[in-house]
Amino acid sequence: MTLKEIIHLLQAELICGESHINDQIEFAGGSDLMSDVLAFAKPGILLLTGLSNSQSVRTADIIGAKAIVYVRGKKPDPEGIELAKKKDIPILLTDFMMYTACGLLYSHKLSGVYPEPSKKS
Amino acid sequence: MKDKENVLAQKFEIKGRDFGRAGNISSKIKEILQETGISTSIIRRAAIATYEAEMNVVMYANKGIFYFSLDPDSIRLKIDDKGSGIKDIALAMKEGYSTATEEYREMGFGAGMGLPNIKKNADKFTISSHPGRGTSLEILFFLNDSESL
Repeated sequence: MTLKEIIHLLQAELICGESHINDQIEFAGGSDLMSDVLAFAKPGILLLTGLSNSQSVRTADIIGAKAIVYVRGKKPDPEGIELAKKKDIPILLTDFMMYTACGLLYSHKLSGVYPEPSKKS
Repeated sequence: MKDKENVLAQKFEIKGRDFGRAGNISSKIKEILQETGISTSIIRRAAIATYEAEMNVVMYANKGIFYFSLDPDSIRLKIDDKGSGIKDIALAMKEGYSTATEEYREMGFGAGMGLPNIKKNADKFTISSHPGRGTSLEILFFLNDSESL
């Protein structure tokens, strides 16, 4: 799925990183807890979060996220936007809540970070 | 023995509770590593460990010194902070254990994952602490596969 398709699906606003609009996104993960993101994320992830301070952008840079989606109408602070521009990380803003945003992406075949748990008989 | 000419070393100072600059050192070290051609997976592990260690100093200590060195065989990080230290290191190494304030949790940190995550990403990790004085971390990443076994 391209970033452009994700923007359309989440009715999102892209506030920086326009040159990445046709980039392919392979998987996504959502959390407001950067400690968890640092522990479990994989490079190339689309990070969905409601944490709007600049540490969310810093974390995205450290883990090598492809883009960040701020959910439930959140917007990163000016320092965060500046950092995202400097690090060339696209930022999307959506009014959808975390659950709905993740659900929309998952139902359109954008997978999560981890393999599905094996079925128990 | 390392040839001194092949060692890149830098020292950074970290101020406690300086959240505005928190993460700057980690970004800088990641940039340095990206210029060297080291494998992206090692850079990623080093960047995560660096960031976790830097945030720990910002959140829990008054100040700290961050030493970074790179030689043909390894990346070495040493972080010495001055602060309250850790009374029970074994407990602090348990995933989920945290003494973080609500303020830090609201900032997205303090889930008790920092130290275990540093250990998970490092090839070698050493921690020592003197309660009331501070904590020291030594984190090592081997650049050649044979050494990481």
